[in-house]
Amino acid sequence: MVKSLHISLAASAALAFSALPSIAQVSDDVVRIGVLGDLSGIYSDLSGKGAIEAVKMAAEDFGGTVLGKKIDVVSADHLNKPDVGAAKAREWFDTGGVDLINDLANSGVARAVAGVAKEKKRHVIVNGASNMGITNELCSPYAIHYAYDAYSLAHGTGKAVVEQGGKTWFFLTVDFAFGIGLEQQVSNVVRANKGRVVGAARHPLATTDFSSYILQAQASKAEIIGVASTGADAVNAIKAAVEFGATKNQKLAALLLWIEDVHSLGLPAAQGLLLTNAWYWDMNEDTRKFAKRFFDRVGKMPNMAQAADYSSTMFYLNAVKAAGTDDADKVSAKMRETKVHDMFTKDGHVRADGRFVHDMYLWQVKTPAESKAPWDYLKPVATIPAEQAFQPLSESTCPLVKK
Amino acid sequence: MLVLLKSSLMIAVVAALLAVPFVPHLIYPVFVMKVMCFALFACAYNLLLGHTGIVSFGHAAFFGTAAYVTGYAMRDLGLPPEIGIAAGIICSAALGAAIGTLAIRRQGIYLAMITLALAQLVYFVFLQAEFTGAEDGMQEIPRGVLFGLINLRSDINLFYVVMAFIGAGLWLVYRIVNSPFGEVLRAIREHEPRARSLGYAIEKYKILAFALSAGLSGLAGSLKCIVFQLAALTDVHWHMSGEVILMTLLGGMSTVFGPAIGAILVSALHHYFDALGAWVTIVIGLIFILCVLVFRRGVVGQLHHMLQEQRPTALHAGRLDLKEGQHAQV
Repeated sequence: MVKSLHISLAASAALAFSALPSIAQVSDDVVRIGVLGDLSGIYSDLSGKGAIEAVKMAAEDFGGTVLGKKIDVVSADHLNKPDVGAAKAREWFDTGGVDLINDLANSGVARAVAGVAKEKKRHVIVNGASNMGITNELCSPYAIHYAYDAYSLAHGTGKAVVEQGGKTWFFLTVDFAFGIGLEQQVSNVVRANKGRVVGAARHPLATTDFSSYILQAQASKAEIIGVASTGADAVNAIKAAVEFGATKNQKLAALLLWIEDVHSLGLPAAQGLLLTNAWYWDMNEDTRKFAKRFFDRVGKMPNMAQAADYSSTMFYLNAVKAAGTDDADKVSAKMRETKVHDMFTKDGHVRADGRFVHDMYLWQVKTPAESKAPWDYLKPVATIPAEQAFQPLSESTCPLVKK
Repeated sequence: MLVLLKSSLMIAVVAALLAVPFVPHLIYPVFVMKVMCFALFACAYNLLLGHTGIVSFGHAAFFGTAAYVTGYAMRDLGLPPEIGIAAGIICSAALGAAIGTLAIRRQGIYLAMITLALAQLVYFVFLQAEFTGAEDGMQEIPRGVLFGLINLRSDINLFYVVMAFIGAGLWLVYRIVNSPFGEVLRAIREHEPRARSLGYAIEKYKILAFALSAGLSGLAGSLKCIVFQLAALTDVHWHMSGEVILMTLLGGMSTVFGPAIGAILVSALHHYFDALGAWVTIVIGLIFILCVLVFRRGVVGQLHHMLQEQRPTALHAGRLDLKEGQHAQV
C-alpha cells in the first residue's frame, strides 16, 4: 500500500503535465464550482439564471470531467446581502467542497466573499461586480477580477463623455460599494481632464422613485448627470430623467449599462447612450456562435458578465488540468502564467494583483432605425487597449505587487 | 417524572452540541453557532413578551447595535473579543433602558409602534454612519484571541466559546424567570393595577426587564458578529424584529426555552429549504398559520401542556393551565 503510494507519487512527479486520472490530486474527487449570484433581486437579469447556465455550458463543453473527476456546478442566491453571501461562501468552502466561486454580482457581496476566500485559500472569480477593492486592499492569490471594473468603466464612458465636452458633473449614485467606488473613479477621470464634480445624490439599492434625486440633479445645473448605478436602478433613473425633462438641458452618462438594460429601456429611450462593455454578442463569428447557444438555453442574449462566467470557468478548468490538481496555490500559479484566447478575448492574462487584463470597448446604443434585428442594439465606437483600460499595476495597493 | 425527562433531555442536548464540531459533514458547525445565537435572542426576547407581557417590535435594534459595536471595537479599535462582547452588551442594555423608558409610557399596540419607530431610527443611524459600511455591512472583523488564550480563528475553539456564552445567557434567562423578580414581572403581566396596588414600582421593573432583555439580545448579536466576522444591516432591519417574534410564538411564549426551539425551527427552515428561494417565507407562513389554528401554545408549550395533562397529580393544574404563568416554569 505504502509502496504503491510511493510509486504513484513518483509517477505524478515524473508526469506532472500528463495529468493521468489515476494520479491526479483532486480534493473530494470532484471539482465543484459554485455560482453565487443574484437570482431574485434587481441584478437577477445581469447575473441570475444566465450566469448559472453559462458556467454549466463551460463545464459541459469541457467534457464534464477534469483529470478524470466530475465537474459539478452548484448555485445559490445571495439576495444582494453581503452577510448572506459571505455565510454561503463560508459554508461552501468549509463543507460543500467548492473549489471556485464564480459570478459574484454585487460589489458588497463580492468584497465579503473575497475576504472569506482569502482566509480559506479557495478561488473566487469576480465577473458581476466592479469594486476596485478586489485587486487592491482585498487582493489575494485566490481572487481574480475578470470581466470589468470601475476603473475601466470610468476610462471608457467617463473619459469619452468628458472629451466630448461634458465638464461639470452631478452623480446619481447607488449607496454601496459599487456606486461609491464607481463615482470615485469617474470623478478622478473628470478632474484629470479639467472637469468639475458639482455634487452627488445617493440613493439606496432598488430605488423605484427617483423624483427627488432627479430634481437635485436638475438644480445642480451640471452639464452631465452621471448615473452611477446599474440594472433596474439605472433603468429607473434614466426613465425618470427623461420624464422630468432633465435630458433637454443636461446629458445623461450611464456609467454601467448592460445589454439587458438597453433591452428594458427600449431603443427610443436609450438611443445614443454611450456604454463601456468588455464584450458584445455581435462582435465576431465566435461570439455569435456562443450567443446563439446561450440564447437557445436561456431565451435571451448573454451579456459581458455571463460571457466572462463561461470564459473564466474554462480558464480555471484548463488551469486545473494543466496543474494536474485542484490545489488552490498550484492552480493560482498556473492561471497567472497562462494567456487566454477565446470568444471572450483574443488576448487576456492575469496580473499579480489578480486583475485579468484585456481590451475593453466603448459602444453606442443604436437608433431604432439602425437596429435590424431583435437584440441588435450596439455599435462600436472605440477600443480601449488593455493597458489603458485597467488601473496601472504601479497604482495598485495590493501587497502582492512587487515594487 | 417530568423533571427527570427534562434533565435527561438537557443532558442529551448538551452532549449532542459537544459532538457537533467533530461531524462537520453531518451538520455544519457555523450553522449551529448561528442557531444558538438566535436561540438566546429569542429566549431573551421572551423575557419581555412571554414573562412581562410587553410586545416589542424593535428588538433587532438591540441585536444589531451589539453586533456593530462589537465589530467596531474589534476591527477599528483592535480590542480583544471579551471587551468587544462586553461593549456590545453594555451598549444594547443602555439602549434597551432608553427605548424602554420611552416605550412603557404607553401599552399594547402603541408600545409596539413606539419600539418599532425607535428601532427604525437606530437602523437609519447604522445605514448612514461612516464606520458601518452601509449596505456593504461591516466586513473583515477579526475573531481575535479570547482572554489572550483561546484563538477564535479555529472554528472548534469558537464553537465551544459560543456554546459557553450562550449557555450562560440561557441560564441567566432561566434564573431571571424563576426569581422573585420574575414573579413580579408575571404579576405585572397578569394584572398591572393589582401589582401596583401591592406597592411594586412597576415602571422600574419594566425598564429593568427591557434592559435585561436587550442586554441578552446584545450578547447574541455580538456572538453572531464574531462568528460571521461581519455585521450587516440585516441584523438591525425590522425583518429581524419580526423573525424573533415568530420564533418566540412558534416555540411557545409561556415557556422559558420554547423560543429556542422556535429559533431552531425557523433557522433550519431557512437553511435547509434555501433552494426554494422566496417560497421559504410562504412555508414558514403556513407553519405559523397551523400553529395559530392548532397549537396556540407553541411547539414546546403544547408538549408541556400534553405532558402535564398525562400526569394524574397534575390533573387539577392542567385544567387551570391558562393561568399557569404563576408557578415556576421550564
